[in-house]
Amino acid sequence: MWTWFYKLASPPYVYGVAAALMPWLLGGAALAIAYGLTAGLALAPPDYQQGDAFRMIYVHVPGAILSLTVYMVMAAASAVALIWRIKVGHAVAAASAPIGASFALMALVTGSLWGRPMWGTYWAWDPRLTSELILLFIYVGVMSLRSAFEDPARGDRAAALLAVVGVVNVPIVHFSVVWWNSLHQGATIVKLGAPSMPGSMLWPLLSMWLGFMLFYGAVLCTRVQAEVLNRERQAAWVREAIKS
Amino acid sequence: MNVGAGQAFVLIVRRELCLSFRRPEQLFQPLVFFLIVTTLFPLGLSLQLSQLRDIAPGVLWVAALLSSLLSLDSLFKNDADDGTLEQLALSGQGLTLIVVAKTCAHWLVTGLALVVVSPIVATALDIPIAAFETMMLSLALGTLTLSWLGAIGAGLTIGLRRGNVLLSLIVLPLATPLLIFGAAATERAISGTSTVGALYFLAALCVFTCTLAPFAATAALRITLE
Amino acid sequence: MNTIVDGLGVEGVHVWLGERHVLKGVSLTLRPRELLHVSGPNGTGKTTLLRVVCGLLRPEQGSVNWLGRSITTYRTEYQAALAYASHEPALKSDLTALENLRFAVGLKRRITADELLAALNRTGVGACADLPARVLSAGQRRRVAMARVLAMNASVWLLDEPYTNLDASGADLLSGLLQAHIEAGGLALVVAHHELKLPCNIRRLELNS
Repeated sequence: MWTWFYKLASPPYVYGVAAALMPWLLGGAALAIAYGLTAGLALAPPDYQQGDAFRMIYVHVPGAILSLTVYMVMAAASAVALIWRIKVGHAVAAASAPIGASFALMALVTGSLWGRPMWGTYWAWDPRLTSELILLFIYVGVMSLRSAFEDPARGDRAAALLAVVGVVNVPIVHFSVVWWNSLHQGATIVKLGAPSMPGSMLWPLLSMWLGFMLFYGAVLCTRVQAEVLNRERQAAWVREAIKS
Repeated sequence: MNVGAGQAFVLIVRRELCLSFRRPEQLFQPLVFFLIVTTLFPLGLSLQLSQLRDIAPGVLWVAALLSSLLSLDSLFKNDADDGTLEQLALSGQGLTLIVVAKTCAHWLVTGLALVVVSPIVATALDIPIAAFETMMLSLALGTLTLSWLGAIGAGLTIGLRRGNVLLSLIVLPLATPLLIFGAAATERAISGTSTVGALYFLAALCVFTCTLAPFAATAALRITLE
Repeated sequence: MNTIVDGLGVEGVHVWLGERHVLKGVSLTLRPRELLHVSGPNGTGKTTLLRVVCGLLRPEQGSVNWLGRSITTYRTEYQAALAYASHEPALKSDLTALENLRFAVGLKRRITADELLAALNRTGVGACADLPARVLSAGQRRRVAMARVLAMNASVWLLDEPYTNLDASGADLLSGLLQAHIEAGGLALVVAHHELKLPCNIRRLELNS
């Protein structure tokens, strides 16, 4: 099992794996999202309370879940890179950060658009959206820190440490925002009870979630390939890979 | 002949305090900033004194956070610039002890100073005297936690251009729980309801941060030094 | 494989600074009563090598050993035995010379004010003991930095361009101190871009690109 782990530390190996996986992940993502969108937008019945507005859930909720998942992946890759000094971890973290930030931004925008028919306003300091906003700020902090260093290796390590420190804080931030909001009894955007949601509404949602995960995987593969090529550009295998 | 950890800690704290008091104007600047920022809010919102009390806890806490952040930038930067940080790193005392001593000394001259000045600001914001005890306790816990979060940020941003802006960008999102619990504790003290819950959360955050942050800050310094 | 047990051993050190491969497999040994003079043109990594030997910079590959043991595992013991003087004198400008020494040396060993004053006198800046470092000239600051190295009672001296800003008498003084240190059984690694004229046993390491 450990040989597999150490093989993953080799940049050309990771490059090859990413290149091979990418088309499959992209294909799977396309299928899942296609089904999810058609079933969710066209086939599922309108919600008795929210009408057709609830359909925003098919983009908003998977986006929010992914923004957190991507952060976990980024933090895990950063931890691996810092502890075992495996440089590919930095490539994965650097590749993931903008994707996660984009998901967070998407969750915020769709959440805000959803809020308009629900609360009559584009922003109402809902606890989940607020902690999503803080998560976006943390992403921006990590990306800014990485790019502020002239020596890219040092920038990677600094951003990695910040990502790991942030992962400890994300649950704390979320909890404190929820606590803060409970003082003010604000409106919550969605009452998601999985058992109480009918299958025709639930399956498209799960499919969108899967689709977004696969999409993240596909984009991650492409970005990791680019990151690895950039970081290892002095190495001989890179010249071979570019020629072919 | 060797110097024990306790003696080394005291020596480093004395060094920091000595350096701070040689430039007293730099001690006053964050405090003056604290006063100025709290003045800006009533001016900008043109509130009656009776309405100030509603916004007071939030204003007080935001001002305290921003003032503390101002001085955090120099926690390691001064020593890094003149080469003495390397001397400290090679003193045989271990980087963690140095980080702990410097951060504690920093809190004494900034955070604690803010706590001492806070009654003045609180009076200007119409916070009743009965709430002072909770307010000062929450500020003490909050500024200590913030000093530690700032130590991590300062360690990561030494020597970067516009490092102080980046430092705020990194530290403020992580400091939002402090703001929430601290302002809530003060607000509850003003309205007379129980502050125990908020204070306990604040204390838990403080203990959690003070335990783990030294290692993160040491790691951050190592990344920058190497 | 030269793991020496009575001094400093550096084995196959590689360092990249950003894109540049600054140190390419540098190895050296340093035993008691030896002075190693590291020289070479600008940009060949002399200061980088010194920082690696100090333990301030971790090399990508290679190792540094003191008394046969890795300096990363036995950090405290190694640091207790070394004194490092960087290119800048590394003094706090708001503290007096004496205070600078006290806060630096006091972390390494118990030392009295008299001993610190004696070290300052030895390097010729005893009169500056109570002056803040910012009013001292560059040469005086260099002498205070030398006094700090003296006061640490270290066996390994790691000096980066120690003759900078010293006048003729200062240079003679420094050479005398180095000579005395070597004769007493100490080790010294000196980075200097000029010739060192000392009667003791000088080995040379020339770094080139």
